[in-house]
Amino acid sequence: MIDDPNAPLQESRQEDGSPRQRLPEESMPIGGVNAPVPVAAEATPAVDPRLIVRQEGVKGYLGEFRRRLSSGELGSLPVILALIVIWAVFGSMNSSFLSAQNISNLSQQIVGTGLIAIGVVFVLLLGEIDLSVGSVSGLCAAIFAVLEVTHGVNQWVALACALVSGAGVGLVQGFFFARVGVPAFVVTLAGNLGWNGLMLQILGASGTVNLSGRDIVSRLYSTVYGQQIAAYGLATAGVALFLGASLVDCGRRRAAGVPYRPVTDIALRTVLLAAVAYAAAYTLNQYKGLPLALVVLLAFIVVLDFVLRRTGYGRQVFALGGNIEGARRAGINVARIRITVFMICSTMAAIGGLFLAAQIQSASQTSGGGNLLMNAIAAAVIGGTSLFGGRGSTWSALLGALVIGSIQSGMNIEGLSNAIQFMITGAVLLAAVVIDSLARRTQKAAGRV
Amino acid sequence: MTAGPVLALRGVSKRFGAVQALTAIELEVNAGEVLALVGDNGAGKSTLVKAIAGVHQPDDGVIEWQGSPVTVHRPQDAQQLGVATVYQDLALCDNLDVVGNLFLGRELKRFGVLDEVAMEKRSRALLDTLSIRIPSVRIPIASLSGGQRQVVAIARSLIGSPKVVLLDEPTAALGVEQTAQVLDLVERLRDSGLAVLLISHNMADVMAVADRVAVLRLGRNNGVFARRSTTQEEIISAITGATDNAVTRRQARGTEGSA
Repeated sequence: MIDDPNAPLQESRQEDGSPRQRLPEESMPIGGVNAPVPVAAEATPAVDPRLIVRQEGVKGYLGEFRRRLSSGELGSLPVILALIVIWAVFGSMNSSFLSAQNISNLSQQIVGTGLIAIGVVFVLLLGEIDLSVGSVSGLCAAIFAVLEVTHGVNQWVALACALVSGAGVGLVQGFFFARVGVPAFVVTLAGNLGWNGLMLQILGASGTVNLSGRDIVSRLYSTVYGQQIAAYGLATAGVALFLGASLVDCGRRRAAGVPYRPVTDIALRTVLLAAVAYAAAYTLNQYKGLPLALVVLLAFIVVLDFVLRRTGYGRQVFALGGNIEGARRAGINVARIRITVFMICSTMAAIGGLFLAAQIQSASQTSGGGNLLMNAIAAAVIGGTSLFGGRGSTWSALLGALVIGSIQSGMNIEGLSNAIQFMITGAVLLAAVVIDSLARRTQKAAGRV
Repeated sequence: MTAGPVLALRGVSKRFGAVQALTAIELEVNAGEVLALVGDNGAGKSTLVKAIAGVHQPDDGVIEWQGSPVTVHRPQDAQQLGVATVYQDLALCDNLDVVGNLFLGRELKRFGVLDEVAMEKRSRALLDTLSIRIPSVRIPIASLSGGQRQVVAIARSLIGSPKVVLLDEPTAALGVEQTAQVLDLVERLRDSGLAVLLISHNMADVMAVADRVAVLRLGRNNGVFARRSTTQEEIISAITGATDNAVTRRQARGTEGSA
């Protein structure tokens, strides 16, 4: 176990020709679990030899995958598995579930919930919650409908008013949370009721305002690009963007001499992405084509994912979700980040609300009610964003909305009642939170949060 | 580099309500030395650190930076002067990786976008020069050991190229090997010309790395000792107040007489 302590000394004498004083490290025992790793004074790499280094190639990929599973870094794996199971079950029960028509409709139906869920992801990253997103979505849809239909305001002005109202709601709630110090749970619970009341007030006596169907919001929802090239073009653009970004990043890293993703790795990821993208494009083209609403949802996801992972603002959001005091000491303006995150969440709720209104072609007293709030939060959590803050991605909004949308769509096809639907959706949400909690516990045990 | 102390406190006092936390503290920190600040619980160590770091403002007295008096209102002011503080609770974000933590609040940007490559390169260079061994700069802080977190926190304080580093109980929660790592790092900081103010309870650590030892007792200076010419017992007696002898009695009487 113990090497000859004189060995390194002789080596060093040969190197520089003169005896040098022995470093204390050199006399330390070698081996054993907690033995210090001998370090020469010169040329010390910042790599710990105890580190489990990932092997190159497919074998390394599998090993890394197994290690991640056992340490609880599940990421979006459970939700992808769940999606496959759900589609397999409903597909086997009724072949029309997996038809191009149903998948196309599904891709439009999830947009409203998905957009709201993106905002919820931001709030969850802070480790907070926004219970007002349902009411806010209804309120902003009502503002747009009343301004545009009842008062004949220009549709763009009405759209801007609805979005600004959404941001304003976030500003108010964020102010009470960040500046006054009221727990976000209470502020947004009060908001849930208050904004719903404001929506009823705005809708007035009639209670329902029907959209004309020719306004910008309706067209955003119902436009479908029928040309084959549209869906395939978008898929190609997405894959090319991913491949280009990966290669540029790889090149810069190689030039800077820091570890980079091997080319096989990039190729594998690109092929996987391409398979999913082209399969989706093919399915959409089998029916009517590429819905504009889906493009909007994907655009928001990609742009906000970039904001979260690649900008200083996103880094500050994650930092706040990890350690508020640490973020404050690092000079981050905690109140500003909190308020802006609540504004983003409410604005996304407003956008989602507009799409939901376009879906039913009206803003009514039930807008933003029902299980919309639950679905939006569930979508974010099911997709893999942690309720405990600091972990998540905007892509979880898409995955979660797909799961919830698939369950609802499948049960509608089967003709199951709302009663059963609610119970099953509730069970799926519980399962998602259980997985999140278990993953967190496993990660703690494996030294990861 | 000027010969004088890089940071000096002249008669700094701080009062909290009915408690006189610091009374006329004199302290000089020179570049390229480790000054240990020791004292019993409630001796005013943490208050003094917070006064230097800009968390508290002294009621009385002057903080001199490279010979000229400065006012430090906020922690950011101290950081801009070149005082980096590593607090006892480290204040690292567990969910961010090492690079993210090192550059938190002062990210390098390229066209308004985080420049991860440049940050990673600089992180590795910094950790290399400090001979810090971290498994990877891309793993979350949560997967590091206590000692590794401590050295990351210290490394983070060096990103802004400070002249003085305040370390508040850096070894308090660490095991033997990890403490050794941190003490190695403290010596490297000194060797690179930084002034290090090390607050510690642990006399063994203090005797291992400090050049001078300043003792606080009940919010007052109770002697500054050169470590080489002082025994641990002398310092401990200064901490506990067991230095009561004819000399100190006469000094005390002298100040009373002049007052």
